[in-house]
Amino acid sequence: MDETIVKTEEQEFLEEDICVEENLVYRKPKTLTDIDLHYCPGCGHGVVHRLLMEVVEEMDIQDKVIGVAPVGCAVFAYNYMNIDMQEAAHGRATAVATGIIRVLPDKLVFTYQGDGDLAAIGTAETIHTCNRGENILIVFINNAVYGMTSGQMAPTTLPGMKTTTTPFGRDVKMAGYPLKITDLVAQLPGTYYVTRQAVNNASNVRKTKKAIQKAFQYLQQRKGTCFIEIVSNCPSNWKMTPVEANKFVEEVMIPFYPLGDLKVPKEEVK
Amino acid sequence: MGELRLMKGNEALAEAAIRAGCDAYFGYPITPQSEVLEYLSREAYNRTGMIVLQAESEVASINMIYGAAGAGKRAMTSSSSPGISLMQEGISYIAAAELPCLIVNVNRGGPGLGTIQPSQGDYFQATKGGGHGDYRLIVLAPSSVQEMADFVRLGFDLADKYRNPVMILADGAIGQMMEKVELFEQQPKGGTTPKPWATTGKTKDRERNIITSLHIDPREMEKINLRLQAKYREIEEKEVRYELFKMEDAEYVLTGYGLGARICKKVVEIGREKGYKIGLIRPITLFPFPKKVFAEIATKVKGILDVEMNSGQMVEDVKLSVEGKTRVEFYGRMGGIIPTPEEVLEHFEKTFLKGE
Repeated sequence: MDETIVKTEEQEFLEEDICVEENLVYRKPKTLTDIDLHYCPGCGHGVVHRLLMEVVEEMDIQDKVIGVAPVGCAVFAYNYMNIDMQEAAHGRATAVATGIIRVLPDKLVFTYQGDGDLAAIGTAETIHTCNRGENILIVFINNAVYGMTSGQMAPTTLPGMKTTTTPFGRDVKMAGYPLKITDLVAQLPGTYYVTRQAVNNASNVRKTKKAIQKAFQYLQQRKGTCFIEIVSNCPSNWKMTPVEANKFVEEVMIPFYPLGDLKVPKEEVK
Repeated sequence: MGELRLMKGNEALAEAAIRAGCDAYFGYPITPQSEVLEYLSREAYNRTGMIVLQAESEVASINMIYGAAGAGKRAMTSSSSPGISLMQEGISYIAAAELPCLIVNVNRGGPGLGTIQPSQGDYFQATKGGGHGDYRLIVLAPSSVQEMADFVRLGFDLADKYRNPVMILADGAIGQMMEKVELFEQQPKGGTTPKPWATTGKTKDRERNIITSLHIDPREMEKINLRLQAKYREIEEKEVRYELFKMEDAEYVLTGYGLGARICKKVVEIGREKGYKIGLIRPITLFPFPKKVFAEIATKVKGILDVEMNSGQMVEDVKLSVEGKTRVEFYGRMGGIIPTPEEVLEHFEKTFLKGE
């Protein structure tokens, strides 16, 4: 900015003149702590954390919500979310959440899990928790790669996609096929609401937030398992800039993992 | 006097869980302890509202325990050897996160799928950690149906007191045998220990509660280890339990735990009839191990015969306790075979009395 323009008398803005309630476009929810996120620049985790905590603040359910963090990049989710949380063993978040909701049925329990956690090592727990219809929200971040261990193949890695353990691209003859676990859990009678969303642009971010709001409302009504897959990115392990990564989500990931509701409550179907 | 009933060990344990105010049981069927899940499924919810859930695996059940215990409730599971092996990761997390809970192992013969007959092959696994990392469970070894019931309440109380998982290490015979048992009165649900650390939903008047075992900074991780070790030393100081039988004038000592000790008691009786001055030390807590009582008698007796239904596991703790001050011998059967008192006595005579 050109200093001389700012310093002219008519155009001098004082901070206290600008930072007033009516000018407010965005405020970090109080349900997020002030600890700096450890996530890489451009990563979708920060956005989803914020959305979750915005919903918790707006619905005024901080005292009701208990979160379960996974093993994976989001292992430290409890550092950022200003709510009671438990950190589960790798893949076991939905079992831990089952333990919590069964003894505290009036609470609103959610798990936050990545693709390796939820769809590889934790597949059995995921399927059975959904099949029992546990009254919890499962937030499933799918970025098609193991982030925390730095870029190995995930169960959701696309065919042909390069990772450190599929250096020539995922060969489905060798490594099997990507697991569309969200399609799978949508078939189970225990799930009430199953949807696939993304956070790669503003419009998708807004839709994801709506899905989270709905899910918490369903939990309040004790409708059963709510499952939100969020197609996300991993600029660091995809070896892309954040902009390229979001473009890859739009052009490659979403065509393979199409967005939208996979199961909506019967009463809402017209 | 409490209510008297004729019960299987597994059923007495299940009944005691309801009476101890257990909030939730998560388990998976495995012989020889499936009666626990069956009895609780039948009895528990209607009487106290206790949650009973058959999980999809032992891996899931132990992690459900983590969740429920972390939410501040009295939670337990039971299984048998292969199932307990599957739980070890979860047990390590529970010990690290300091969540009070009760885990029951009705030990069967191994290794591998092994046999469904009684065994004591899991002593090392129960007392030396079992899962990864430096941690200890409090381990209680019942040798009767009565103790199967009593140790449930004791176990929950110790777990709450020390914020530490407690294991009841029984075996297939104690689980399956029927005996008279005097049942204690119904205790308040969830126990009486306040749990302000539990995740129950963050209210405005307190900071958020976090249950975790992750401490990425090694300095912090060492501090936590030191605190855990201090707790284990306190437990070793305060919670040692054992039984002495005809030890007043004993020249030779038999030792064993659980079913092994029960057999040894008979050996002492028939040995005494033959004029041998023998007694029994029965460790009730396997961790903390009653080191002092062994150390004290080491200089007063001519020898110790340790009898176990394994290849010799507790005997290592006996040897460490006596520090070479007396002769320690071992007799064991494996793979689900229960030794008879006669064969133990014969081994005792051959080992210690030959040539006397």
